[in-house]
Amino acid sequence: MIILHGEGVSRGLAFGRLRFLKRDDRPFPKLEISDPEAEILRFEKSRNEAIEQLEQLYNETKNILGEDQAFLFKTHQMMLEDQDFCESVNAIIRSEKANAEYAVDRTALQFSEMFAQMDDEYLKERASDVMDVSRRVIRILTGKAGEDFAWTEPVIIAADDLAPSETARLDTSRVLAFITSRGSSNSHTAIFARTLEIPAVVGLGECLLEEYEGKEVFVDGEAGEVYLEADQDTFAELQRRMTAEHDRKKYLEQFRGRKVYSPDGRRVLLCANIGSPKDLTAVQANDADGIGLFRSEFLYLGRSSYPTEQEQYEAYRKVAEAMGDRMVVIRTLDIGADKQVDYFQLPKDENPAMGMRGIRICLTQPDIFKTQLRALYRAAAHGNIAIMFPMITSVNEVRKIKEICAQVRSELKAEGEPFCEKTQLGIMIETPAAAVISDQLATEVDFFSIGTNDLTQYTLAVDRQNAAVKPFLEPHHEAVLRLIRMTVENARKAGIWVGICGELAADISLAKSFIDMGVDELSMAPGSILEVKARILDGSDF
Amino acid sequence: MRLSKVNEGEVMIMKEFQYTIKDPNGLHARPAGLLVKEAQKYQSSVKITKGEKSADLKRLFAVMGLNVKCGDTVTITADGPDEDQAMNTLKEFFMSNF
Repeated sequence: MIILHGEGVSRGLAFGRLRFLKRDDRPFPKLEISDPEAEILRFEKSRNEAIEQLEQLYNETKNILGEDQAFLFKTHQMMLEDQDFCESVNAIIRSEKANAEYAVDRTALQFSEMFAQMDDEYLKERASDVMDVSRRVIRILTGKAGEDFAWTEPVIIAADDLAPSETARLDTSRVLAFITSRGSSNSHTAIFARTLEIPAVVGLGECLLEEYEGKEVFVDGEAGEVYLEADQDTFAELQRRMTAEHDRKKYLEQFRGRKVYSPDGRRVLLCANIGSPKDLTAVQANDADGIGLFRSEFLYLGRSSYPTEQEQYEAYRKVAEAMGDRMVVIRTLDIGADKQVDYFQLPKDENPAMGMRGIRICLTQPDIFKTQLRALYRAAAHGNIAIMFPMITSVNEVRKIKEICAQVRSELKAEGEPFCEKTQLGIMIETPAAAVISDQLATEVDFFSIGTNDLTQYTLAVDRQNAAVKPFLEPHHEAVLRLIRMTVENARKAGIWVGICGELAADISLAKSFIDMGVDELSMAPGSILEVKARILDGSDF
Repeated sequence: MRLSKVNEGEVMIMKEFQYTIKDPNGLHARPAGLLVKEAQKYQSSVKITKGEKSADLKRLFAVMGLNVKCGDTVTITADGPDEDQAMNTLKEFFMSNF
């Protein structure tokens, strides 16, 4: 038995025959031609045909995968329309009396090398786009179809990496899985596979040998493993897992679209936690009733200066509009602790979990806070947005926050800027202090959301980042459960709604007791929603 | 003396603006492609300069070759019959896309 290890980028199990994607990428020989001008015309004709093909691919891809994925073909078109590219091809044809195939190939190499040498990961990847689009022109010039894409049976596709134009030509109903020697979780193959829910393992390196062509393999897209010639026991085990996964999917599908109610008839929402507008696809695919936690940090991370109000407004608006009537709870900036950003110039904390983080930064630097609040209030005019504040420990903090919110509202009103005046304001209950005084806090806000990860770490004094103390982190510790119960009871007494976000919300062994307790909303990773829903509605273990 | 002043004056007729890129992804292919398409609508010659390197804003590979990143300040210049219009639209384009 041979096991190849790579990076699992799209989960799921598959079993089938391995087929290597064959493409002709040998350099094109230089041939001497007698009439350069006729050769340039030949190039022009092929170039225009390629642009037409790309237009068609753009339209087809837009219908299946959406504008974001399809735009790559627009970029390819622009590359073929680029003057530098065309001038280089023409110059090689004229000065060297060379054939168009050779001129295109050499120009492509030259431009792709320029990209490959850049210190930017994204631009480096564009090197493969240049090669890809040039191969298209060469295919038209030579009149050869080039790659062999026709399979009669469903197969597992192997390649060094897959280009957008290649995945677009695949009949995906005949693709069981993708495995590639190169690529990362951000490469085109990975994104394509996840969107279509096809298992994929990338980055297998040199272990992926061409001699495996035609062999039957198992692909585990979650563990990132590929099994060749599996021994009898492994084979049986993988088959069992595949059947179980298939049955489980079918079982969970029955709960799509069904609503959850508590024994006393209250509607309970099962919502999604997301970290960027990119996660919207997963939210829709998993039947979420709303977004219970939208972490706004993505706007602040991985950049060198503060995001502008307009930028934030557009990101929030995009999510709110995509969700329509459904609720979107956006948590204000929660930088600090495990998420550090240089341009905030925060002093190094000895104990970051208890240091300058979350609402403490916002109350210390109200300008940053106000920019975000303005963006949120404005975006709230386009959907059902609620604002949530993290790391609360006292009533005073909440009053200060409300004062700042009132200022923001009156400023927006004075400027005549459209915004939603009645946007709900809520707080995270994630410190033991907040849970203990939740009776007082409940009279100040519109809702609570219990952040069980931090609540557990602070209550048990067990550092989440420290692997050594992990055995002491008891997720169902009575102290944590009592604080949750107390918070829920106080919310109900004050007549405000209360949700749970954090890992415990997806804990199927607790879901029912949370609902019996009086919880109105459970928010979790999109992939857990159907499972939790099944457990609540069906009650049986699966 | 006089003549050189006239020459200086001529240089200054060209319109320009500076912009600091705020998009964490810098000048990536998609918006860069749209930017090039926008620039191509004008007769004027339009240039983008980053540090000592500059490129024709109507040429995609040249623009991407500048490797403009978040935090970089670029100067856009336009010279020609519709330079004012080009400046206005491009300024707006930068503000809403980068």
